[in-house]
Formats: sequence, C-alpha cells, structure tokens
Amino acid sequence: MSTPMLEIKNLHVRVEDQEILKGVNLTLNRGEVHAVMGRNGSGKSTLSYVLAGKDDYEITDGEILFNGEDLLEMEPDERAAAGVFLAFQYPIEIPGVATMTFLKAAMNAQRKSRGEGELSTPEFMKAVKEAASLLEVKQDMLKRPLNVGFSGGEKKRAEILQMALLAPQLCILDETDSGLDIDALKVVSEGVNKLRGPDRTMLVITHYQRLLNHIVPDVVHVFSDGRVVETGGKELALELEAKGYADFDAETAA
Amino acid sequence: MSDYGIPTLKENIDRETVDQVLALDVDKYKYGFETDIESDMAPKGLDEDTIRFISAKKEEPQWMLDWRLEAFRRWQTMIEPTWARVKYPKIDFQDQHYYAAPKGSSGPKSLDEVDPELLRTYEKLGIPLSEQKILAGVQEDGNGEATPFSGNVAVDAVFDSVSVVTTFRKELAKSGIIFCSISEAVREYPELVQKYLGSVVPVTDNYYATLNSAVFTDGSFVYIPKGVRCPMELSTYFRINERNTGQFERTLIIAEEGSYVSYLEGCTAPMRDENQLHAAVVELVALDDAEIKYSTVQNWYPGDKNGKGGIYNFVTKRGDCRGKNSKISWTQVETGSAITWKYPSCILRGDGSRGEFYSIAISNGHQQVDSGTKMIHLGKNTSSRIISKGIAAGFSDNTYRGQVSCHRKATNARNFTQCDSLLIGDTCGAHTVPYIESRNSSAVFEHEATTSKISDDQMFYCLQRGLSEEEAVALIVNGFVRDVLQHLPMEFMVETQKLIGISLEGSVG
Ligand SMILES: Nc1ncnc2c1ncn2[C@@H]1O[C@H](COP(=O)(O)OP(=O)(O)O)[C@@H](O)[C@H]1O
Ligand SMILES: [Mg+2]
Repeated sequence: MSTPMLEIKNLHVRVEDQEILKGVNLTLNRGEVHAVMGRNGSGKSTLSYVLAGKDDYEITDGEILFNGEDLLEMEPDERAAAGVFLAFQYPIEIPGVATMTFLKAAMNAQRKSRGEGELSTPEFMKAVKEAASLLEVKQDMLKRPLNVGFSGGEKKRAEILQMALLAPQLCILDETDSGLDIDALKVVSEGVNKLRGPDRTMLVITHYQRLLNHIVPDVVHVFSDGRVVETGGKELALELEAKGYADFDAETAA
Repeated sequence: MSDYGIPTLKENIDRETVDQVLALDVDKYKYGFETDIESDMAPKGLDEDTIRFISAKKEEPQWMLDWRLEAFRRWQTMIEPTWARVKYPKIDFQDQHYYAAPKGSSGPKSLDEVDPELLRTYEKLGIPLSEQKILAGVQEDGNGEATPFSGNVAVDAVFDSVSVVTTFRKELAKSGIIFCSISEAVREYPELVQKYLGSVVPVTDNYYATLNSAVFTDGSFVYIPKGVRCPMELSTYFRINERNTGQFERTLIIAEEGSYVSYLEGCTAPMRDENQLHAAVVELVALDDAEIKYSTVQNWYPGDKNGKGGIYNFVTKRGDCRGKNSKISWTQVETGSAITWKYPSCILRGDGSRGEFYSIAISNGHQQVDSGTKMIHLGKNTSSRIISKGIAAGFSDNTYRGQVSCHRKATNARNFTQCDSLLIGDTCGAHTVPYIESRNSSAVFEHEATTSKISDDQMFYCLQRGLSEEEAVALIVNGFVRDVLQHLPMEFMVETQKLIGISLEGSVG
C-alpha cells in the first residue's frame, strides 16, 4: 500500500501548561474523507491548528507525517504551499484587503514557493469565476475586504472558495457547517463534494451529524477529551447522533 | 466590474498591489547608490559669504540676496525647536556644505546638454527625463521593468543644489503654464516670485524655514494661469548625492483663479553613515476656485538597521487657500528619513475653501516620525478632512501631531479627522497628539483615532494561505492604508505599494 497522506501518531499537545491532545492517532489515505466528531472543547480545533502549524502549541510527544514527511518541521506557509489547507472555524478579518486581492496574493505566493510562475490576470479571473460560481459567491463579495462584515455563511463560503482555488491535497474543514442555514449548507457541501477526488484527502471536523448527510465520509472518528475514542464507517455518525456523546465518554473513562 | 471580464481601474490597482508586493526584492534601500560625478561646491560652513556665494552662483538680482541676508540675520537670533517627539544630536551647522552642483551645470538645459551620468542616475531611479521616450509611449526601462513614472509627467530633476533639467516646458508653455526651477524663476519672473515668495511661509516662520530662506538652493516653480487645467502631472524629483551637504529646496506653486494642477514630489538619497540635513520649504497659493493637489513620496535614506546615518527631514509645507472655494489637498507617503518633522498645512482663508491631508507614514528600524497637519479655518463655510495612517515597526517612533483651529469669524467650519495607527511588534511606539481650538460656536470638528496591531491570528491566517511573513505584513499594511492610497495619482500608487513592502522588510520574524 502507498504512503498515507496523513499519519498522526501518539500526538500530545499542551497549551499554557494544560494538556489538550492526549495521544491522537489517525491515518488518512489518499482520496479518503474522514470525519472527526466531538463535543465542544474536546480539542478538535486544536488538532486542526497544530496540523496547520499555528504557534502557541507545544508538542510534547508524537509525530505527524504528511506524505511520509515530518510536517512539524515545516513552517505554516511551507505547509500551505505543500498542499495543507485549513478552512477556519472562525475566519479572520483582513480590513482593507479586497477578497479578490487576497485570493491572488495567496495563489501566487503558493505558486512562487513551488517554483511556478505567477498566474496571468485572465487565468486568475477564469479560475475565480469558476470557483465563485461553484459556491454561488457573488462578484460583489469578492470586492469587499476579506471577511469584514461578512455573514457567517459568507465567511464559510469564502473559506471553501479559497480551498477550491488553492487546490490543496489535504483539506481540513473545521466546523464548516456552523453558522450556515440549511440552504447555505447545501451549497457549501456540494462545493466540497465537487472537490473530492482520488488525490485529495479531507478531514471534516464537526459537532453535528447533519453536515455528514451532505458530505458523506468514508471513515468517522469520535473525538473525546483529546483523543480518538472510536472509529467506524459513516453509520457511526448516526449512532453518535442517536446515543449522544455521553456513551462514548463513558467508554473513554472505562 | 460588470462581469469577470475587464477589470476596472480600482481592481487593477488591487491586483497591482499584490503583484508589486510579491515582486519585492530582498534588498532594502534600493536607491542607496552614489553617482560619481564631479561637483562644484561651496566650502563648508555658514556665514554671510556663503549666502553671497550661493546667490552669485545663481546669478540672482540684488533683492533676492537682500532677502536671503535678512533671513540669515534673523535665523542667527533663533533657537532650534525642541517640541517635536524626536531625538538627535545637536546639528553642527558649520560642518556642512550649503551648495553642491554637478560641474558645469549652472542651470537647467535641454536634455541633450545634460551630463549623461546624471541622466543615467535618474533612469536608475525610474524617473523618465527623456521626452521622446514618453511621447512614444515607451514605459519600460532597460531591465524590462515598468518605471514607476509612466504616462504623461513633466519632471523637474533637482540634483543636490541645482535643477538639472525640466522636461515638457515647451508643451506646457503653450497653455501659459510656467514650470521651471525656482532659480530660473527668480531671474525670469521676478514680479511673480517677489509677490508670492514668503507670502505663505514667512521668512520668520520657524527655525528651519528661516534657514531655508537664507540658503535655499533650488526647487521648482509652477504658475498656472487663470482658468487653465494643467494637462499633465508636474513632478519634481529630488536627489541628494554629495556627502556632508544639506539640501534646502524651495518650491512655490501658484494656481490662478479657476485653475487646476496636480504636482508630485519624490526624493531619494545614497546610503551614508553620516546624517544629512534636508530642510525644504514649499508654498502653495490657490486663488478663487483653484485647486492644487500636492503628492509626495518621501523616501530619503532612513539610516541602517542600527540607526546609523539617514536624512534629517525638517520640512515646512503650507498651502494658502487664498481665494473663495479654492482647494488644496496634500497627500504624503513618508517612508524614508532618519527623522521626519513635517506638517503640511492649509490656511483656509477664502470663504468656502477646502483643505485635505492624506498621509501614510511608515517607520521602521530606528526611524522617528513626527508629522501631521494644521488646518486653519479663517473663512466662512470652510471645510477640512484629515486621514492619517501611521505604521510603526522595529524600534521606531511614529507621532501624528495635528492642529485644527477655527477663527472667530469662520462660521460653519467643518473638520473630520481620522487618525489610525498600526503597530508591528512591541518595541515601537505610536502617538497621536491632536490640538483642537475653536473660537466659533458653529464649528463642527470630529476626531476619531484608533490604534491597532497586526494580530497573530491575522498573520497565521495569511501564512496558512501560503504568504510569507513579509508578504503578509505588506498585504495587511496595504489594506490598512487603502483609504489614503486611493488619493494618490497612479504613478505614485504603484511605487507606494512597492515601498510599503520594502520599508517593512525585517519588521517581523
Ligand atoms: N490558546 C489557548 N489557550 C488556552 N486554552 C486553549 C487554547 N486553545 C484551546 N484551548 C482549550 O483547549 C480545549 C480544546 O479547545 P478546542 O480545540 O477549541 O476544542 P473544540 O474545537 O473541540 O471545541 C478547550 O478547553 C479550550 O479552552
Ligand atoms: Mg473548534
């Protein structure tokens, strides 16, 4: 079997002297979609930030391999250029920088790190147009400063729009469903589904099962108190929905 | 944009920003080279003979010499001001040259007479002096890079103490516009110069202005006749080259009734270990219904990363909205100089006149900036607008100092002031010092101020999308200054976006 796209082995992470991740093990193969479900505060966002390389997290044990290489050795921008993308749970506002400007900056920065030339304006415009129509993003939004005054739904759409344009290998979606009404959820999920492919792996973090009705995962992991406590197929999400997290917590405690 | 097809100018600019930001060199001050050219210099030191020397070199009439000497006598009785939030060792005014000119260039000539070495210098700086090239629409320099100045710009190039060439003069003269060096104006248009010189910034105004009045060497003179809209941007490009030489330029712009002019000013200097003094005076006069738009990109050498060297930029700029419904707008981008002390101001004398001040001031390393504006409301129904964006990084100090005042008779004066500071790192400082005086109860003055930092979350977000730390800072800062950027002419907007990135290199990580 080929090298997994992402291997997380016995990952322990501390924030301000508090252990948040307590031995996470996960293996994601190329082309798979994995869901990580867990209640608030269980450490899901922490995991996503550590994957993306945010400061302030102390890795006390374990390792992360991305296509067999040590991900923890790489700077955040290097990880991005290598194909790691995080759709933020809470996207950040960049005042004064038009969304369009930001998109081009990001695309060209990644191309530059990979030793590729810059996109011409027509190429860029074409790519944006395609991605925007996929996510039903209006042109007007692209002119507004990124995430400034965006509704919850617009922010999440803008995240997936960036994902579509940057065409990453590994997509980490942190609670992309939060803040979306049912129509927006459909649009965003369809957008995500169109981006699925044999060379792209997704880690879909969510709190609720409903997202997984739209983005149907290959594997479901239940996350509790900083580790994976149960792994199964897509039916595990339904089971979790029916039983609630409490049962799984009990299993952890046992 | 109506569709995704043809982008509008604005979007073009946005894209341009990023393109420019991404194209940044790793190299810091790229204008730091020195031109090896023989100079004609005044001996070091300052006394009445120095002033006579300068005046003789410029073949000035007696009245001009008398004016200078009177200023000099006055200056000797004055004390250097200390109220600005800047620190520097005492300047030894006797330890520098007050006149330096490239050999054999007593005044501007036609292009083919100018020393090719000088032309090469300006070419290297991206300043097109060749009229043919511009007229032919050539916008690329030898390296295939687009020059910051493209399109129709008439340039007055000042090298150390003299104007070496002024382009497009004949073209402009057709509309009655005078665009020449101030030295030439003193000789050729004495009535105009005598009428307006010192009428906005009096000889006795302040220590540096008085010094400038005594020893000013060159600068530009612009006269726009009644009802004329100047058909191209006018620009002066100042270059300090000689060692131990002060630059004291003097600019005078007069816009007659109903006329309009947009004027650009750029400045650079070689990298040197010693500090060099630059004390300019700029006077603008706008008569009834006239408008003057004055834009500056100040990029004098800021000193090295330890704070050694750099220009002391002590400048007095003032515009007089003398006529009714006249308008003066200052836009400045301050990225250079070790110390900047500068308050481009508007005297809103004419009823219904308007003053504007848009500023981007970036300080990094050990730079010190104390800059702002004064809006002095004297006439009725006068209005003013101030938007200041200060960005401090490294160990720098960045102060906005602004005064808005309203005279007893200035009914219905309006001012809006917005002062935003952005801090990068925690070893720099940003300060806002507003002075507001109102002697008329109908005045409405609004003042808003914010101070923010580039947050770790913003940085991380940008890095996650693949931007390097420096690209992220440049992008965020370009967003921060966007409101001001929009007021710059195209030529300067592109250059400014580039400069922002370059000035902030090394501010993170
Ligand atoms: N920067 C931080 N400083 C202190 N505590 C943090 C920080 N980030 C996360 N935590 C704590 O870590 C735990 C897990 O948080 P998080 O990863 O956001 O969980 P989830 O995304 O599953 O809701 C929470 O108790 C939270 O308070
Ligand atoms: Mg979370």
